[in-house]
Amino acid sequence: MAVVRLRAPLSELAGGKRELELEGETVRDVLRALEHEHPAITGWILDERTTIRQHINVFVNGERGREDTALGADDRIHVLPSISGG
Amino acid sequence: MTELLVGTKKGLFALQGGNGSFEISARAFAGEPVEFAMRDRRSGRYFACVTSAFYGPKIFVTDDLAGEWEQAEGVALPEGEDKALVRLWTVVEADEDEHLFAGGDPGVLFESHDGGTSWELNNGFWEQPTRPEWNPGAGGMCLHSIATWPGDPSRLALGISAVGVWLSEDGGKSWRHGNAGLVPRYVPEESRENTLDLCVHNMHRHPSKPERLFMQFHGGVYRSDDAGESWIDIGTDTGLPSDFGFPLVVDPDDADSAYVIPLVADMDRVTPDGRVRVYETRDAGATWAERGDGLPAEDAYLTILRQAFAREGSGESMGLYFGATSGDVFGSKDAGATWFTAASKLPPVHSVRVA
Repeated sequence: MAVVRLRAPLSELAGGKRELELEGETVRDVLRALEHEHPAITGWILDERTTIRQHINVFVNGERGREDTALGADDRIHVLPSISGG
Repeated sequence: MTELLVGTKKGLFALQGGNGSFEISARAFAGEPVEFAMRDRRSGRYFACVTSAFYGPKIFVTDDLAGEWEQAEGVALPEGEDKALVRLWTVVEADEDEHLFAGGDPGVLFESHDGGTSWELNNGFWEQPTRPEWNPGAGGMCLHSIATWPGDPSRLALGISAVGVWLSEDGGKSWRHGNAGLVPRYVPEESRENTLDLCVHNMHRHPSKPERLFMQFHGGVYRSDDAGESWIDIGTDTGLPSDFGFPLVVDPDDADSAYVIPLVADMDRVTPDGRVRVYETRDAGATWAERGDGLPAEDAYLTILRQAFAREGSGESMGLYFGATSGDVFGSKDAGATWFTAASKLPPVHSVRVA
């Protein structure tokens, strides 16, 4: 099981949980499992193409990950807004 | 008391006031771009189109501006295709109760039949065979204008940058072009007749004479007297300082009326000569007259975006309100004869609507 860590407002959409354990072989699988468990978060991290939104960063064990990054047991996934804006 | 809903680059502001004095009464979506906000006068429900740079475009609804907003359901494109929803540009009341339309980028139309709680994609428009050939304008492929027909829900007109005008006579099941007479000066002359690259900036149907529409084009102001089938140039040699601009408003009491706010040109999108002026026609575009009394008259190079001009009421006491990317909001309580500053130092204004 991977451990997914979220911050507000995403954690609020996940029922107030800042940390969740989810099954999946890739980052995409785990994020889809997150949507399945908490439908309110659908569309906030992955878009309709199941692509990570442009200004969202996903880190796997501290390294930048992509949708197809493979996961092992106990991997830690952080979902964070990128440092951007104006 | 007038309530203005002002969508800005940094949140939604509600302004309340009258007689030239307005105050901020509420703010929502702090820090987030609010592209458009309106109130459905039938239900009293408020709508906000919010395009978070991080979390994507959403429609939020509330019955109480001071209360919580809830995300509307179904505002997304079909999964598994190669496109994602980019932005939401407008929400419009349809003719029947609890029926609303919303338009967005990439050139998509949504409908709600439950007062805006849930939405579904209009498949007839999504599946247009020419869609792979469509090209966006500088602001994206925005479906920003949805012209319903009072008393006849079967008839609709859409304006899209940059895919022109689309007409339906069966409530949105099937669509066809309505572009005759539009002249895209930004396309080589030999390609103009068949191009789909038609950059409509704004389009409004006249409620008292529904076959009449007015349009601000990307270089051009037009009128249609046949429900959008064909278009007549009313921006050349008619008194406008420029035929480039974005927003447009009509007076429901007078089918010959329209208001535009010209900008210099597509390469210089600011008010001409450093003067902020609204232009009014009362003869269907044969002539335009300047309406600037009370507006900044020097050193004012403002940009007014397509959804940032709204009206309240009609006739001689019609309220007009517009906002600029400078963060200023201006108002008139006498159909544009005189103007006052309703707010200043707001974030860049994307949209203005009267609640």
